[in-house]
Amino acid sequence: MIHEVTWIGAAVKALIALLLVSAVAGFGTYIERKVLAWMQRRPGPAHVGPFGLLQLAADGIKLFTKEDFIPQFSNRLIFSIAPVITAGTAFIALAAVPLFPDFTFPSWIPLLGGVFVPSIASDVNIGILFILAAMAAGLYGPLLAGMSQQNKWGIIGAARTAVQFLSYEVVTGLSLLAPIMLVSSLSLVDFNNYQAGGIGSWMLWQQPLAFILFLIAGFAETNRTPFDLLEHEAEIVSGFVTEYSGLRWGLFFVGEYANMITIGVLASVVFCGGYSDLWLIPGWLMMGLKVSFFFFLMLWVRASWPHIRPDQLMWLSWKVLMPLAVVNVVITGIVMMAMA
Amino acid sequence: MSLEQFKNRNVGQQQYRMLDLGKTPETGWGRFKQVLGRSLKVELLIGLGVTFGVMIRTLFRGETHTIRYPFEKIPISRRYRAIHEMKRLLESGHYRCIGCGLCEKICISNCITMDTRYDENQRKEVSEYSINFGRCIFCGYCAEVCPELAIVHGDRYETASEQRASFSLFEDMLTPIDKLKSQQEYPGFGAVSPNADENIKKTPLAY
Repeated sequence: MIHEVTWIGAAVKALIALLLVSAVAGFGTYIERKVLAWMQRRPGPAHVGPFGLLQLAADGIKLFTKEDFIPQFSNRLIFSIAPVITAGTAFIALAAVPLFPDFTFPSWIPLLGGVFVPSIASDVNIGILFILAAMAAGLYGPLLAGMSQQNKWGIIGAARTAVQFLSYEVVTGLSLLAPIMLVSSLSLVDFNNYQAGGIGSWMLWQQPLAFILFLIAGFAETNRTPFDLLEHEAEIVSGFVTEYSGLRWGLFFVGEYANMITIGVLASVVFCGGYSDLWLIPGWLMMGLKVSFFFFLMLWVRASWPHIRPDQLMWLSWKVLMPLAVVNVVITGIVMMAMA
Repeated sequence: MSLEQFKNRNVGQQQYRMLDLGKTPETGWGRFKQVLGRSLKVELLIGLGVTFGVMIRTLFRGETHTIRYPFEKIPISRRYRAIHEMKRLLESGHYRCIGCGLCEKICISNCITMDTRYDENQRKEVSEYSINFGRCIFCGYCAEVCPELAIVHGDRYETASEQRASFSLFEDMLTPIDKLKSQQEYPGFGAVSPNADENIKKTPLAY
C-alpha cells in the first residue's frame, strides 16, 4: 500500500526528529556523565533530582544565564554564527536519516488524523550522499570558530579540525562505497529494505571491514575520544571552543551530540538492519536499541582508550584506513562481477 | 665527600629494566605489519572489558570510591587534632581540669586564656576559660602537656566560621553531663581499660 507523503507528514516528521534529537542530545550529556562515572567508580551526577536527572535542568539554567562573551579582537559576525553552523548542519543531516518506521496517525486525532508520516522527512534520491555532505559542511563550524576568535588555541583547534575532518571524510565515503555498490542505491530506505531478512542478512556480515572502518571514521568525524584532538584539554585548552561560553558553547555541544546520533543511525541503517522488525521487537525499538548501543560504544571507548597524537591520526587515516577501504571496494567489485 | 661524589645525582640503585618492545620496524611495510599486529591483538578489547566490568561492579555491587561528604563521613583517627574537648571524670562527673594553667603557658599561638579561683571548699575552680580558634594552630601542645587529660582534641573538624576570631568557652567544650556515658577517649591513653569492671574493689573505708 503506497501512501502519499503530504507536506504535513514531512513537517510532522521533521518536527519529531528535531525535538527528539534535541532532547536526546541534551539527555546524552547526562548519560555520558553517568556512564563515564560508573566506569571510573564514581556515582556521577546524583544530587539534583532523582538519580541526578534534573542535572540537565541545572546545566541548562547555567548555560542560559552565563555571559555571552565575545572576545574584543575576534571577528564578531563569524564568531557568532560558527556555532549555528555546527548545530544547523548536524540537524540538516538528520533530514535524510530514517529515525523510525513510517506510521499513520489514527483518525480520531483532530487535525492530524490520517496523516501519513514517512520514515524520512525527505527521502531524497541521493540520501546517503546528502548526509555525508551535510556532515562535511559541519566542518566549517569548528574551523570558523577557531579562526575567528584570535586565540592561539583556537587556531590550532581549527587547523586540527580541517585536517581531521577532511581526512576522515575520505575514509567514511570509501567505507560506505562498498555497501552502496551492493545495494546499488543511495537511499537509506533501500538500504533498510535490502537487510529486511533478519540478523543473517545484515550488511555487517557481508562488509565487516567496511563496518569497522566506518565506525573508526565516525568516531573521528564526531570528535570522539581516540580522535578528540580538536578540543584536547591537555594540549590546547579547549581548541576551537576556548573562547566560547553560554549558549553558543551549548550549540556546539548539541551539534556534536546530534552528529553522534547521526553516525549511530547511519551505522544501524547501513550495517545493522535498520528499522526492520526483529522477532517480536518492533522496528522503532530496534532502531532505538541500536542507536543507543552505538552511543554507548562511544562513551565506553572514551572511558577505556587513550588519545592518539595528531601525526598518528594522519598516518592512520591516509596510510592504513584509506588503503584498506580502497582494497575493500575493489574486492567487493570483483566478487560482485564474479557472482553476476 | 669530594665534589664529584656530591655532583653524582644517580644515587639510587639503578635497577631499571627496559620494556621489551621488540625491534623497531625499518620499512613502511614493517610498520604497517606492526600496527596490524597490535590492532588485531585483543588488547583494545580487553581494555573495553575492564571498564565494562568496573561499570557493572559500580552499578550492581556498589563498589564506588565516592564519599558523599556532607551526608556521609569517613571515620577519623582518635588522634586527629580537631576542635578541643574538655573531659569530665567518669566517676564523679566533675570536670577534670585542675586549673594548673599549663596549657595557657605552653600555647605557642597565645590563644588559650584562663583564670582560676578557690571555691568555697578551697578547691581550685576554673572561673574563665576560652580558646580563640581563629588563632589556634592545632599543634596539640595543650593536650600533650595537660596532666589530667582534661583538654584533648576532639573530632569536630568542620571549623568554618563567619569571623576570624572565634572564641569557645569552657562550657562549650565540656562534655555535657548527660552525655558522660558516651564520652570517648583515645584507647590506651587515658581511656577506661577494657577490664575496668574487674578491677573495681570495695574501698577500705567500707569495712
